Amino acid sequence: MIQAENLSLGYDSGANIIHQLTLTLTPGHITALVGPNGCGKSTLLRGLSRLLKPAHGAVYLDGQDIHAMKAKDLARQLGILPQAPTAPEGLTVHELVAQGRYPHQNWFQQWSGDDERIVAEALEQTNLTLFADRPVDTLSGGQRQRAWIAMALAQQTNVLLLDEPTTYLDLAHQIDVLDLLAELNEQGRTIVMVLHDLNQAARYADTIVALRGGQIVAQGTPDQVITSENILQVFGLDADVIVDPVTGTPLCVPIGRRGGRNKKAAASINGKVKTVIPA
Amino acid sequence: MAERRIRQTWIAVRLPRLPISFKIDRRVPLAALFLLAFTLVVLVMSINYGAYNMSPLDVIQTLTGTLPADHPDYRNFVLVVHTFRLPRILLAFLVGTALATSGAIMQSITRNPLAEPGILGVTAGAGLAAVAMIVWFNDAQMSLLPWAAFGGAILTAAAVYLLAWKRGATSPVRLILIGVAFAAVLGSLTTFILVFGEINDVQKAYVWLTGSVYGGNWQHVRTLGAWMLVLLPLAFLSARSLNALNLGDEVATGFGVRVERQRAFLLVISVALASVAVAVAGTIGFVGLIAPHITRRLVGPAHEGMLPITALFGGALLVLADLIGRWVIAPSELPIGIVTALIGAPYFMLLLVRYRK
Ligand SMILES: Nc1ncnc2c1ncn2[C@@H]1O[C@H](COP(=O)(O)OP(=O)(O)O)[C@@H](O)[C@H]1O
Ligand SMILES: [Mg+2]
Repeated sequence: MIQAENLSLGYDSGANIIHQLTLTLTPGHITALVGPNGCGKSTLLRGLSRLLKPAHGAVYLDGQDIHAMKAKDLARQLGILPQAPTAPEGLTVHELVAQGRYPHQNWFQQWSGDDERIVAEALEQTNLTLFADRPVDTLSGGQRQRAWIAMALAQQTNVLLLDEPTTYLDLAHQIDVLDLLAELNEQGRTIVMVLHDLNQAARYADTIVALRGGQIVAQGTPDQVITSENILQVFGLDADVIVDPVTGTPLCVPIGRRGGRNKKAAASINGKVKTVIPA
Repeated sequence: MAERRIRQTWIAVRLPRLPISFKIDRRVPLAALFLLAFTLVVLVMSINYGAYNMSPLDVIQTLTGTLPADHPDYRNFVLVVHTFRLPRILLAFLVGTALATSGAIMQSITRNPLAEPGILGVTAGAGLAAVAMIVWFNDAQMSLLPWAAFGGAILTAAAVYLLAWKRGATSPVRLILIGVAFAAVLGSLTTFILVFGEINDVQKAYVWLTGSVYGGNWQHVRTLGAWMLVLLPLAFLSARSLNALNLGDEVATGFGVRVERQRAFLLVISVALASVAVAVAGTIGFVGLIAPHITRRLVGPAHEGMLPITALFGGALLVLADLIGRWVIAPSELPIGIVTALIGAPYFMLLLVRYRK
């Protein structure tokens, strides 16, 4: 279980990005962090791992302050995938995923039979076995993101933090990555990720945490968090919330200042649509 | 579950029943064999080449100590090989090894394929100190030249690192920018000293600045060799953290690498390697840039194999450059630094064009 207590985070000019934030992340859940650009989602994720030292407060993993733990011990329990990481030229998928074993290795034990098996499993699970000897920089965006996730998998942590794992991917690959993460979650991993798309957050997350200006505005199940009032408060955007016809989760439909550009189509719908019947 | 076999690009070595295991890229042993053979051939050719004529067989016999003692030219052969030619060639090899390893480390910790050993101002600092020595002091004190160069290099690198330090951390970009600024300032100070120097001193200073192994002796070889005996293993043992740092600070931190500590440690090794090389041979350019780059293309970016191969490659390259330098305008000599620049500059241009894309 991860708990942040009175956590304040900042960069050069002190602790001004995240203020006194207290948050408990439910084990076994997928938690999505949502909020406008620059509201501190990445900063919070960095603070929850050890990428950023808190100015005040602390983060606890199963009751232990993560900054008091040994770096490698933490790395065996908590994995982090930053936004848009880059691999050195020529590094193969297999080598990248193999590097995820780092916290389990030492100078004498650099490539055990376990390492080999676990890496093969991570490749299998991410459907990358056939691409194992391809350089990462020659893969498509979706395959590349899967390769990084496979690397994090090989680290065998119970908790996985991901910063915008679907950004820069086309829609089909976004869903592909999210399905993969849901599958990993069903195997028992706790997943915390920053997501831009509210509807995807509503579909895939058990818990949504909405941030604005470094503070939590709302948190709870998708039904509790994705409401017109919250969307207005967090994003300053007028939106209707309807029921997702596929999953039954809330679906956010932004209205915008002028209700979009295609006035003709808008005019043909009389009044607000509350449900959409699937074709 | 139908497990497909993955074609491994590496060889795994595991000791039975002991928790000891390693892996190394498949291409490494072949590359190592090829480079060793190449170095030996060039070494013999290089010892063989010169005003005093010897056959390659004579060279090999003299080197291995199998030359019959009653050979008519025994004393000359031994003198030419052991006193004149061997030390400078070994020196060239060691300097190449040091610069290439230093460059490889620098490129990986800054994640910049165009980084080179001098990026923290090491060469500029050594250059300023050495030129000041040559111009301001008399010849009797020239034995202190390597120490002055070494001191200049280390002090500059330390100053750059301290200035790049900000709130408990450095960043590769800050290191590079401050290093470039320092190099520019120290470079103009060096020019300033040269402008007011005596013409003889200035000429000597220029040869030093270009880099040369001329006059290399056993003392140099022993000193440099001793440093390398310590620094190279430390570099090779850091291969795994270099692999991790190469994925970026955040991913490396996520692996449990203490990034700032490792980076500082690796910077010290890289700077020390470059500084000892520069101290004995002046500022030889391009080896530290090119050797790691070509090696990565030969054996991939995993440092377990890449670092030793780079070291060998750098050594071989400088032994070859030294031979070319003695041969191309014989009986005069082209300083080794000019030869590496002639080989390296076009390659560097190619790289620049490639990375602009
Ligand atoms: N490395 C950094 N140094 C200084 N300020 C930063 C840094 N990274 C982010 N910030 C600032 O922190 C704020 C929050 O950024 P971030 O956490 O990246 O937002 P989000 O991920 O929600 O878009 C922004 O105002 C941004 O400018
Ligand atoms: Mg972000």
